[in-house]
Amino acid sequence: MQTTWAYLSNNLVYAAMGVFALSFLAHAFETAWAVRTPEQSEGKEGSVKTKTLDYTRTERAARIATALMVLGFLLLLAGTIARGISAKHVPWSNMYEFSLTGALAFTGAYLAALRKYDLRWLGLFVSISVLLTLGTAITLLYRDSAPLVPALKSTWLVIHVVTAIISGGIFLLSNVIAGAYLYLDSMESRGERKAWAKRLPELETLDQLSYRLVAFVFPLWTFSVIAGAIWAESAWGRYWGWDPKETWAFITWVAYAAYLHARVTIGWRGKRAAWLCLFAGSTFLFNYVYVNVWGTGKHTYSGL
Amino acid sequence: MSQEVDIPQLGTAGLLRFIWRQLTSMRTALILLMLMGLAAIPGSLIPQRSQNPIAVRQYFIDSPELARWIERLSGFTVYSSPWFSATYILLFISLIGCVLPRTLEHFEAMRAQPPATPRNLSRMEHFQEFAGNGSELELATKWFKKNRFRVRVEGQSVSAEKGYLRETGNLLFHLSLILILLGVSIGSLFGMRGEAIVNKGERFISVPTSYDTLSFGKLSNDESLQPFVIEVIDFVAKYDVLTNAPQDYTATVRVTNAGEKTSTIKTIKVNSPLTFGNTRVYLQANGYSPIVTVRDSTGMVALQGPVPFLPQDGNLRSIGAIKVPDADPQVGFVASFLPTYARDGANGGISVFPEALDPKLLFSIWKGDLGLDSGIPQSVYRIDTSKMERIALDSLKPGETFSYPEGSITFEAFTPWINLAIVDDPGKSYSLYGAIAAILGLLASLFGRRRRIWIRITTTGVVEVAGLAKNGAPGLPAEIEKIVAHLRKEK
Repeated sequence: MQTTWAYLSNNLVYAAMGVFALSFLAHAFETAWAVRTPEQSEGKEGSVKTKTLDYTRTERAARIATALMVLGFLLLLAGTIARGISAKHVPWSNMYEFSLTGALAFTGAYLAALRKYDLRWLGLFVSISVLLTLGTAITLLYRDSAPLVPALKSTWLVIHVVTAIISGGIFLLSNVIAGAYLYLDSMESRGERKAWAKRLPELETLDQLSYRLVAFVFPLWTFSVIAGAIWAESAWGRYWGWDPKETWAFITWVAYAAYLHARVTIGWRGKRAAWLCLFAGSTFLFNYVYVNVWGTGKHTYSGL
Repeated sequence: MSQEVDIPQLGTAGLLRFIWRQLTSMRTALILLMLMGLAAIPGSLIPQRSQNPIAVRQYFIDSPELARWIERLSGFTVYSSPWFSATYILLFISLIGCVLPRTLEHFEAMRAQPPATPRNLSRMEHFQEFAGNGSELELATKWFKKNRFRVRVEGQSVSAEKGYLRETGNLLFHLSLILILLGVSIGSLFGMRGEAIVNKGERFISVPTSYDTLSFGKLSNDESLQPFVIEVIDFVAKYDVLTNAPQDYTATVRVTNAGEKTSTIKTIKVNSPLTFGNTRVYLQANGYSPIVTVRDSTGMVALQGPVPFLPQDGNLRSIGAIKVPDADPQVGFVASFLPTYARDGANGGISVFPEALDPKLLFSIWKGDLGLDSGIPQSVYRIDTSKMERIALDSLKPGETFSYPEGSITFEAFTPWINLAIVDDPGKSYSLYGAIAAILGLLASLFGRRRRIWIRITTTGVVEVAGLAKNGAPGLPAEIEKIVAHLRKEK
């Protein structure tokens, strides 16, 4: 019974990966075919050779891309739930399950935001990063479905880890936007934006959006760290012990605190703020990869 | 002719004031905050004595020269090092220097009235005007009060302000950080932490000599140890048969408080420690103790009882040392206990399941000098065999006996042991309250919106409305629309 659900989960994850791959291709097609070369455009002979984007030509590809993304999300959702049923606990007890849930949350956040904002330009990035996450998870991080070890049997597993996943997803999103800011900023400093990039939002908007995301999620991250401390007190006998994971969570917290102060109190904007944001986000990523894979300490639940 | 530049004398007081200003400036605070983050990094890359003393010792063996330099820079004790302490102490002084004056200012501002209505409202943001009938000021004042604005009425104008919660939250957040630091300090000054291995069936009495390791805060000592007795009645470990992973550990204990005659039965699990006031008892680890009887050549019992062994892997292959100093010559057994025995071509005897389904005790017997009187502290799990001679090698199942020229050993049975951590942290509740207050403060400061709305009736009876949102907080236009609708509807 247990293994049936685990097999089902694996098949669903593979199916989701296939669908995300198709979605990625559809997104790529959408952007690539939207480019009009100067010959085709109705411009005058000898005028400046600027490529233009005409998304009406690829509207159908865009719809297919988003539909595939929704399908991939549903398959991944089913796969994650099946994994939870097979192990009889929440599906984030090791790095493989954490990656599944993280990818699910990331896709979900994108689709939810898509209902409200025109974020389809992010779809190419979202589909490829989800695909890479799932690919890494199922090849390198895969572990058989297993019951929880005693240390993880706590309500805090739900509270601490869910808030950490959500915070991580939003930090990542804000990092992507800060990265896009820096890229577009350097492109604009060399002249006009390239055709494909014209569709992306204004620099000012990106700058604001990246900050808003951090300001929104910083209290949640603080809560996640505190929830972790409360759990650590009841499981390990101390609420803070400078375990590598704790140390890097603290460093991430300090880096984002510095970012918020730099923006609100000193008034940093634009490039400097974006670099600081990228730095803060990379400490989170470092914590996730380094401490889980090579690190020591008490947070060794990755199963690697 | 060179011009003499007259530099004003700074003086000691001036210098101090200059340093204080520099230290409490926002830029310095920000740099200190970043430094604090950077200073925390080495401790996650270099093994720390407080977490992993064995790895530190290994570091000294592997690269002694580098280790000595790291030691000189407090690299193995980063979080109690002078430079780390200096960073956070400076940061907190800077924080206090920032926050205290602002708290006083904010306190004054909260008692003061909102600033008067500007003379020319049409220059302000969100300006609009409409013809009124004279009752608007009164209506507006009521509306503002109902919506918890601070109101100042002056002549034919009303000035209203709301959103002081933003700054209150900001200050609360920073003051809470001080409370957290206070909690951490109290814990490290007055706390205590000790560990002890207790076999099933044995009693643990909380006196200094019963602990395997025991450390006190700088301002606390033996006398603050809470006396209690814990008897381990039972310990059950459950494992998953497919993955060998542990599923549940439950220790059943009988607890007697000092001075009390009655005792109570309690259970301890990994996530649910036993609590006596500030002191908590945690189930940290477990393993097996083989119960052995060692006799000398005359048949006299030289050692009898359970000997705790140290688990080496997930299947609880455990190593240990049975030392018999009272035998003549001294005898030692370098042994391993395998709860579910199997043979492996490469490693010899291994364990394939953590539960004791087919237990076996493997050992080599050594005679000579155990080195217990040398004064050098020894591990209870290892034997220094440099001054000893190996006389035999064998394995036993429970109930079996092995005889050798100097005596015999009987592997009677085995029993589980548990490692209890006893921790007293009187500062933790302060840290917790600080953390809760910090989150509330943070939410208020990030989502609070400070804004002003002004209303004036001009001499011609026209009602003017305008507003100002601080920090570009959104939502003010909608609020102004609301009050304008309210004023016009009621006409």
